[in-house]
Amino acid sequence: MTSSKGLATAAIVLLGLAVAPYAGLPVHFQSLAYLFYFWITLATSWNILSGYSGYFSFGHGAFFGAGMYAMANLATKLNWPFLPSALVAGVLAAFLALAVGAVVFRLKTIRGESFALITLATTFVLATIIVNTPIDGGPGVYLMGVDIPKLGPVAASTFYFLGLIVAAATVFVAWWLLRSSFGLALLAIHDDEDVAEVHGVSTFWLKMAAFALSSFIAGVMGSIQALYVSYVTVSETFNITVPLTVVLMSILGGSRHWAGPMLGAILITLLTSLSTDSEVALVAKALTGIVLTTAVLLMPSGILGAWLARRRRRQMAGHCAAKEPREVPAHTNEQVEASDLAVPREQATTASTRLPSGSEAEVVLRAQGLSKHFSGIKALQGVDLRLYRGEILGLLGPNGSGKSTFINVVSGHYRPTAGSFTVMGQECAGLAAHEIRRRGVSRTYQIPRPFSGLTVLQNVNLAALYGAGRLRGADAQRQARECLDFTDLADRADFFPDELNLHQRKFLELARALAARPSVILLDEVLSGLTPGEIASAVQTIKRIRDQGTSIVFVEHVMNAVMALSDRLVVLDQGQVIAEGAPREVMAREPVIRAYLGEDSRVS
Amino acid sequence: MPSATLILQSLASGVFIGSLYGLIGLGLGLGWGLLRVINLMHFGWAFLAAYITYELRSRSGVDPLLALVFLVPMFGLLGMGLQAITSRFAITPFSSLLTTFGLTAAVEALLQLIWSADFRRMSSVYEEHKIRLGTVVLNQAELITIALSFSLAAAVWWMLNRTDAGKAMRAAAEDAQIATAFGIDARRLSLRLAGVCSALAACAGVCIALTFTLAPSQIFSWVGVAFAAVMMGRLASAWSPLFAGIVIGLSEALTMALIAPTWAPLVAFTLLIVILILRPVRD
Repeated sequence: MTSSKGLATAAIVLLGLAVAPYAGLPVHFQSLAYLFYFWITLATSWNILSGYSGYFSFGHGAFFGAGMYAMANLATKLNWPFLPSALVAGVLAAFLALAVGAVVFRLKTIRGESFALITLATTFVLATIIVNTPIDGGPGVYLMGVDIPKLGPVAASTFYFLGLIVAAATVFVAWWLLRSSFGLALLAIHDDEDVAEVHGVSTFWLKMAAFALSSFIAGVMGSIQALYVSYVTVSETFNITVPLTVVLMSILGGSRHWAGPMLGAILITLLTSLSTDSEVALVAKALTGIVLTTAVLLMPSGILGAWLARRRRRQMAGHCAAKEPREVPAHTNEQVEASDLAVPREQATTASTRLPSGSEAEVVLRAQGLSKHFSGIKALQGVDLRLYRGEILGLLGPNGSGKSTFINVVSGHYRPTAGSFTVMGQECAGLAAHEIRRRGVSRTYQIPRPFSGLTVLQNVNLAALYGAGRLRGADAQRQARECLDFTDLADRADFFPDELNLHQRKFLELARALAARPSVILLDEVLSGLTPGEIASAVQTIKRIRDQGTSIVFVEHVMNAVMALSDRLVVLDQGQVIAEGAPREVMAREPVIRAYLGEDSRVS
Repeated sequence: MPSATLILQSLASGVFIGSLYGLIGLGLGLGWGLLRVINLMHFGWAFLAAYITYELRSRSGVDPLLALVFLVPMFGLLGMGLQAITSRFAITPFSSLLTTFGLTAAVEALLQLIWSADFRRMSSVYEEHKIRLGTVVLNQAELITIALSFSLAAAVWWMLNRTDAGKAMRAAAEDAQIATAFGIDARRLSLRLAGVCSALAACAGVCIALTFTLAPSQIFSWVGVAFAAVMMGRLASAWSPLFAGIVIGLSEALTMALIAPTWAPLVAFTLLIVILILRPVRD
């Protein structure tokens, strides 16, 4: 469905819902409709943080309840009118979320189940405080005498319209988010938060913003619900019903789709509101439970998730049939490509001779006394290193010598214990990973870590949006396409990373690194696990990256490629630099041979 | 300032309620740590067992402790059956939370259909017998709960650390594939473990029936504290839920005695939050 067609459909549905009360929709159905709007709003607002970013909150009831009590107090004790009370209720809930988020989003330990539990516990703490203070005090708060704005033809229409407005706005926000860079980054956080941070996403503030937005909506809906039920009690407000119901609705419908929570809300509300007769209601409740269990087991990604996956499998079936002949030559021309390896070797020697030495060349990356200790283990000890513009620096050393730690420190994954490093003259030690990324450092992972829920194009697009270039909209899209062309992934743009082979996933890492328009790329064993033919083409690609002016730190065990590509080598052993210089000369030095082959080996 | 007698008495009830938290948490933590299932149905099993205990007692006069003899194997089998079904699907800890919630909601509705939403209280001989320790009074039902919690924790410790099956379970939880390569039948073990967990839930249910008023809606009121007890310590540990439960029980009882009963939930949940926040990072 194209977006203009979708918008037209949405407009028609909205219009229909808006005129329904005037067209004589029975009062009973208007009240019932409010119930649907209520749950659509709560489930969709929950989904903005939890569904998109994967931080499953069980504390939605706390923010909803805060909104209810804000209205209960503002409207009865201070006699505030409806609109300001509702807005303040939302803002209050948002601030509450920010306060919780400010603590828990800083901690790497609070993810998954522990986030769910901590938000649930917050709900009960809030409930205990409210029941023991004048906010409630125990008996509950009546809102009978509060003035409510009149909307629509009959009394019940007021809540019908309030519900409709809030629900429509919420669904619109959820839809719009998924099309924005903000939503894309939330989905990336869901897949791999650390990698999202390394790709320039300020994960902390993004989660804070999503949490605040989600809670604001819950607070506003709570304030309306307070007026609807007109009697607010702690035990009815802060129980497990709201958090669990919204989770169920979103999971059932599909939490990675904007319409998923809405679909789930409609289905579950339909099921539970079918009858008010208590026995039937109980059977319906039991059935809801069993349906939920079955749905989660059979469709872990929800109804919409399962539907999208099915549609995709159909497309892929057609796609693969068409692509099959193209796959074959890629695997058969190994001999041809293996001989290509000789070409860069020759060029590399010329490159190293043309490389300016000393102070006249521009230093892109400079590390001074860089150290990283892990409780006693000294992974890096006072590493000094320079990377010049347009240079490929081979970083060598036996396993455990500190190569990967160096990359992790310079990309901001770890904070250095001591020392400093600058990128283009800017001090970067101690900065968060996303800040270092924006200053021009990209990295790849030895074992590719793509965002598995995003397509290849979206993966690269995210890197362009949040990279050093900070590109927007169409520019980012164009940059992403260029990077896919460059890495020969253009025809895989709409694939998911799981559908790529290792070679392509490694190139996806490269494409993501490039899309950020970095001045330095840290390549962590891009060649490991590849076939000789694939290595040859990767070597060519790396050369072309350098030729575009990007400097490269190249960690690798495939010695052919190292000698062919590197302009200069730095050898690490036990966290220290033991040799530095031109490739052939360095590899002949005694300490290097000892480090690689052991203390007893002698050069004969 | 309340009297020393009152404080001692509330400490004693704190130990009692804490052991019950620990007993509920024992099976919950085992399932979470070793099966990777966050099992809300644990509470469903416990309440089902509690209601059956109540029914047997009030209708046929069956002694609650005698009921245990029959409930333990019955719930063990039920738990194994459920595990046999759910383990056929790829399930994450999080989706297990949702599936078991669905089942628990179904159990809640079932309980309400059979026994109505009214509060039910079992009359048993155990509560009549008061035992006096100095100025502190506990009834027999409370002592039974404490004794059962400690002996079951000991039994679980023995199973995990001294039997081959227990060691194999821990190995399988660490890495099921490798354990299988070493000849461990991970699937059979997980069935047995699930049976142990639900049997433990049945024991907790009998204890709940012994001292508490039952209502279907009460199922979820135990969730918070039981999770607090589990998360405070290590997962899949025999003793840590019990000790954590007692710490929570004591702090609740003291809050009730020194401040007001209505503030008691604050303590358990604040403890849970603080523990979660201060938990060390595992790199």
